[in-house]
Amino acid sequence: MSVVPAEVLPGGAQAVEETAPGAPAAELGPRARLWPALLAVYRAQLSRARVARIPLLFVATFQSVGIMVMMRGVVDSRGEAESVVAGSAVVVVAFVALNLLAQYFGQLRASGGLDHYATLPVPPASVVLGAAAAYASFTVPGTLVTAVFGCVLFGLPLGNLWILLAVIPLAGAALAGLGAACGLLAPRPELATLLGQLGMSAALLLGVLPPDRMPGFIQFARDLLPSTYGVEAYAHTFGARPDWAVVLADLGVCAGVGVVSLAVATWAYRRAAVR
Amino acid sequence: MCAVRGLTKTYAAVKGRRGAPAVPAVRATDRVELVVRRGEIFGLLGPNGAGKSTLVRQLTGLLRPDTGSVEILGHDIVRHPERAARLLAYLGQESSALDELTVSLAAETTGRLRGLDVRQARSERDAVLEELGLTPIAGRALKKLSGGQRRLACFAAALVGERPLLVLDEPTTGMDPVARRAVWAAVDRRRAERGATVVLVTHNVIEAETVLDRVAVIDQGRVIACDTPARLKERVAGEVRVELVWREEAPLDVPEVAVLRERAVESGRRWTLRLAPEEARTVVATVTGGAAFGALDDFTLATPSLEDVYLALGGAARQGLVKA
Repeated sequence: MSVVPAEVLPGGAQAVEETAPGAPAAELGPRARLWPALLAVYRAQLSRARVARIPLLFVATFQSVGIMVMMRGVVDSRGEAESVVAGSAVVVVAFVALNLLAQYFGQLRASGGLDHYATLPVPPASVVLGAAAAYASFTVPGTLVTAVFGCVLFGLPLGNLWILLAVIPLAGAALAGLGAACGLLAPRPELATLLGQLGMSAALLLGVLPPDRMPGFIQFARDLLPSTYGVEAYAHTFGARPDWAVVLADLGVCAGVGVVSLAVATWAYRRAAVR
Repeated sequence: MCAVRGLTKTYAAVKGRRGAPAVPAVRATDRVELVVRRGEIFGLLGPNGAGKSTLVRQLTGLLRPDTGSVEILGHDIVRHPERAARLLAYLGQESSALDELTVSLAAETTGRLRGLDVRQARSERDAVLEELGLTPIAGRALKKLSGGQRRLACFAAALVGERPLLVLDEPTTGMDPVARRAVWAAVDRRRAERGATVVLVTHNVIEAETVLDRVAVIDQGRVIACDTPARLKERVAGEVRVELVWREEAPLDVPEVAVLRERAVESGRRWTLRLAPEEARTVVATVTGGAAFGALDDFTLATPSLEDVYLALGGAARQGLVKA
């Protein structure tokens, strides 16, 4: 519909000048390759930590430490203590990788910030993986602090703490993939925030408490949550002779969910970037 | 260089919900035809909501048109939207992707994502920041900068990793005159030295008149005129604009003033009239002498601007183009 009088409409010739047909197409500019672009995104995201993320990382750690202090008065068996410490450590990962990343992508999408990346010749996987890797990295100090504090508080051995170096990236990949997918698929940023919060609450409620006493359907929900396998992997390493096959299987589940969820997130990014 | 033919995009109607009124389907671009020549600074001028940004998003491959074609340097952008990123650099209105980075890292990262290696990205970053006078604030985060400085930093990021076509959506919003000059000097240099082409969205009429080679006037999704600013202004050469500002109220007891009221666009104490030159002379004589003069606070007499062209062409936004 237009109120423009007919005589001022472009009569074709007025606005159009023919270009030479069959002129050779110009050479395309370079394309950013997957790994260099991923590293560039990762580095840029990591630099944001200084300005924007440190207070939130502190909150994430403080929350987990608080949970453990609270549980100290309730928990009496060694097995329960292992669940609480492992669960609290992984909650830090869920808070940052799932919740904060969902918020970040939700806001980026809503504010039109994705246009910046979408008009650069960068593979979608570089943007999603770079951001996810950076958010997973943010969780390293908080997770380590939580685990060390928990072990000291509950008198658990610190010997196998190194397993966190596998748990953080693998659980981080699974949770960051979910977070990124939630953020990019949610039609509104508030919804992305909500999904991120819900995911983190689920990780907190289902991950920290020992599963034995829970009703069947809660145990089933717990099994569906990828963070559970990170918690289990870490919890299994507290024993004197850990069953490494079980640990490896749990980490394998994290890795598998990570691959799938990051693939979904990459697809969601592509969908959100070009409408 | 860049040819747009029959480009049409309709946004679907949105059903009304609680707290949100229904929105009917909007044709944001309506059979747009444009050709931008190589080395040209080509402007898209129009009021808010005219469809300029939708048009630009279709040019840059961000939005798929319903029908029509976009060809940039021989590449079909509708069929291969991913090629746009390798042909053009886009400066959008939003900086949220870069806000938390420092100026230096924003420029460097953007260059890296445009396919430069680390060394190239850093040397181009340094050159561009120096060129735009951003070196002293290179270490500060974008969100800590003023609106104009932030805009200039985003512009710098758009220049790193050179492209033959620059698409700039209101690049100088919020900038002081020094920053503005830096932007236009940088654009001119790229055009003179490397034949760069610029598509510029603006609703700043004064800027449009001074920097553009040609301008397409957009109204309600349509191109209602496309020519050089001077030629467009010739279309309304027969008119001048008279603005009268009254001290308190217009002296409607003066018959000549009462007659003028019907032809004036009133905005508070200000009346705007578009008149033939002789008429304008008579009006000025009337209000600067006799009974009306006592009530007059100020008046201006101006030759037509692109804004007058827009209004004369039947542009729908009666209040004009310029952002308040």
